[in-house]
Amino acid sequence: MLRLPAHVYAEIVGHCLGGLPDEACGLIGGDPATGDVARCYPTRNLAASAKLYTVDPREHLRADRDAESRGFEIIGVFHSHTHTDAYPSPTDIAQAPDPGWHYVLVSLRDTHPTLRSYRVHGEVVDEEPVVVEPQ
Amino acid sequence: MAVEVRLPTVLRQHAGGRSAVIAEGSTIGEVLADLVRSYPGMKGQVLTEDGSLHRFVNVYVDDDDVRYLDQLDTKVADGVTVSILPAVAGG
Repeated sequence: MLRLPAHVYAEIVGHCLGGLPDEACGLIGGDPATGDVARCYPTRNLAASAKLYTVDPREHLRADRDAESRGFEIIGVFHSHTHTDAYPSPTDIAQAPDPGWHYVLVSLRDTHPTLRSYRVHGEVVDEEPVVVEPQ
Repeated sequence: MAVEVRLPTVLRQHAGGRSAVIAEGSTIGEVLADLVRSYPGMKGQVLTEDGSLHRFVNVYVDDDDVRYLDQLDTKVADGVTVSILPAVAGG
């Protein structure tokens, strides 16, 4: 399960909308044991593409250090799909680095953004519940 | 010389769960080769079979990505921290 504070949910969706027409991306920090998200780290999409994303490695390092200094970890990544479902693409699955991570997808295909989250073990994709916590 | 190497969660299982270990070498290539010698489970995840840096990881000397320095020939000095993080990308 992924628990997102409402303001983090809004920040993720806002960053994805702000990245249009390209895909947008970022990292999420929280407790790896529970899936409780503490904050997100919007990053540049180095690929600058509507079909691909690459998290800026230097921003990743800064986010990793910030998360550690606050007593949590980077536990996943979010990115947008501008014209397709909120489901991992074959490229996403092939490049998913960590079976312990949460892979959050935001689809901007329809009028209202759709956010979903997955765990990826090799080629097996399991959707997980997302709970948005009121502040 | 010995340097601290910080590991991403996905590699910690090969190092007894530790988040940082010590490895030896005067270049990043030597440090990573020593790391894989000490923790063979990381073989193929940090360096490719031909000995180049795996495209699914990013390696840093302190704050700098070695791909923008001298890659595996990047020198490491006493007291630096080497960090390994997954390269996060998709479509």
